[in-house]
Amino acid sequence: MSILIDKNSKIITQGITGATGLFHAQGCRDYCETQMVGGVTPGKGGTEIDGFPIFDTVEDAVKKTGANVSIIYVPPIASADAIMEAVDAGMDLVICITEGVPVLDMVKVKSYMQGKKTRLLGPNCPGIITPGQCKIGIMPGYIHKPGPVGVVSRSGTLTYEAVWQLTSRDIGQTTCIGIGGDPVNGTSHLDALKMFEADPETKAVIMIGEIGGDAEEKAAEYVRDHMTKPVAAFIAGATAPAGKRMGHAGAIISGGKGDAASKKAFLRECGVSVADSPAEMADALLKIWQP
Amino acid sequence: MNIHEYQAKAILRNFGVPVPEGHVVYNSNSARDWARRLGDGPYAVKAQIHAGGRGKGGGVKIAKTADEAKQFAREMFGMCLVTHQTGPEGKTVNRVLIESGCNIADEFYVSFLVDRATDKVTLMASAEGGMDIEEVAAKTPEKLFFEAIDPVAGLTAFQARKVAFKLGFAIAQVKQAVPLLMNLYKAFVETDCSLLEINPLVLTGAGDLICLDAKINIDDNALFRHIRIRDLRDYDEEDPMEIAASQYDLSYIALDGNIGCMVNGAGLAMATMDIIQHYGAAPANFLDVGGSATIERVTEAFKIILSDEKVEGILVNIFGGIMKCDVIATGVVEAAKQVGISIPLVVRLEGTNVELGKKILADSGLDIVSADGMADAAQKIVKAVKG
Repeated sequence: MSILIDKNSKIITQGITGATGLFHAQGCRDYCETQMVGGVTPGKGGTEIDGFPIFDTVEDAVKKTGANVSIIYVPPIASADAIMEAVDAGMDLVICITEGVPVLDMVKVKSYMQGKKTRLLGPNCPGIITPGQCKIGIMPGYIHKPGPVGVVSRSGTLTYEAVWQLTSRDIGQTTCIGIGGDPVNGTSHLDALKMFEADPETKAVIMIGEIGGDAEEKAAEYVRDHMTKPVAAFIAGATAPAGKRMGHAGAIISGGKGDAASKKAFLRECGVSVADSPAEMADALLKIWQP
Repeated sequence: MNIHEYQAKAILRNFGVPVPEGHVVYNSNSARDWARRLGDGPYAVKAQIHAGGRGKGGGVKIAKTADEAKQFAREMFGMCLVTHQTGPEGKTVNRVLIESGCNIADEFYVSFLVDRATDKVTLMASAEGGMDIEEVAAKTPEKLFFEAIDPVAGLTAFQARKVAFKLGFAIAQVKQAVPLLMNLYKAFVETDCSLLEINPLVLTGAGDLICLDAKINIDDNALFRHIRIRDLRDYDEEDPMEIAASQYDLSYIALDGNIGCMVNGAGLAMATMDIIQHYGAAPANFLDVGGSATIERVTEAFKIILSDEKVEGILVNIFGGIMKCDVIATGVVEAAKQVGISIPLVVRLEGTNVELGKKILADSGLDIVSADGMADAAQKIVKAVKG
């Protein structure tokens, strides 16, 4: 078991003929049992690229390949449209890697998705991986290892750091999810925790948050009130000054809210084991849980 | 991106929102000339900097005559204005807005922003205008009203009416407030604002509503479709090193410490700053070299870090995923040679081809300290700098 994806997931890449899209489509195909079944680039339907069949529309791609997951690399100007096209085609899961999508475009996308079955990860995220089975994203596959820990994070390389700390201690992962660093995104920390709680193979969770917003606090309330599995966390941005955007559009302390110290304090109150140093994410989990 | 008050008001005027007549000036003689053209006084003389709280710092004055407007403008030009939002170093005034004064009967607060909790644009309003709204939110949250806006329907007339009645307006003002609020929302959406704040919205003695102040932040991600707004960027308001960095697609923010950081990924970059502090020192900057750190970008990143005189040591922390460590190591070595680094440099590499990367660093003949893991790296650079 795992969450959201496994070896049976069938994936297409939107924007497969771009250099980034193709490079990562190949990388995903090469990882374990990942089924990367094709791609979409309007105007290039009926052709092939490196063995991947290309379709003009997502609808076509779904009909011909049976794909249920889409990963998106199209530029910011067309990202919202690409997400909505994938939602319209009935995908179970859509992953938007693109960084720099206008926030009001995402407001529209969120409204469009209401009442539809599709789950969105991102935008501005590294993707998702179920180690040993399926990788849909830009993360390096080899740092992962199958096992009992779920990982959810707003950041890419900081997720790799946490995963590497686990793998180096011979602890594997069920599924690692990047939810992205933007203020309006498809899946929250809370959504991810609920899925990990429901997954029988996941025994513990590492949650990596950042300054800005209150998504980590909402997730912590769920840990306090409903979660039976141990959760460890790290909040990046203790040294960030207020009012400055720290790379990610969502990582900004505004109106005196969303600073790291208050987030950490609240998480601790809710029973989360919080790492003070990013080098101690795995250790913070091992303090409250033994594999 | 932040824009000035006068620029925000020009945008609002185009959307049919009532704002005072006024003009931006760059010297005190123009201040007098424009005041005369506005008609009889009084006039508002307002320093244009990207920060709130200008009034308390002497950046907003009311002049009775055009000559007095000139006098106040002369005092403001070149002045270093310190407010609670500028930091202790303050900001230099280069532009001044001259406006017709207005007779204030009452003050209100109105803003639009993207609410992360609902994923919708939200209208926020309060009858406590002219005050620090964060203080209102903290002390008397019941005095703040919210309307979440459906992106398809937009701000509807009934929502605008609801807010107007809650603010206590008489029917004559409600009739003005409804189109005013709907036009503000239109401006927000059509210019891709991330924040639009009117504080205060004023009820004049004559019974008219007018936006006396206006603050607009534009979503950086949407600037590609707003070329004219992009041109409003005021480079004088920004850190020169942040401007230099943005030209190379490097995300850089200057901080107060003495350890320069170069990291790939925003989250890891923040975490690297945090771990430096964890071991008792302070980071000099946030710097994300991004996912495709070429030799050129790494070199530019080093140059920017080194141009900060406070920097006494550099920590490079790279988790090479798709990006291979040997490529990064080559970039670091090349850049270090080109730039000539004479302060301690600690490099932590992890990920694909890490052994090869470490070998390249070791064989370079440069004085580079290699580290295993973030904790080791942070401890080494803190020790090197503290001696």
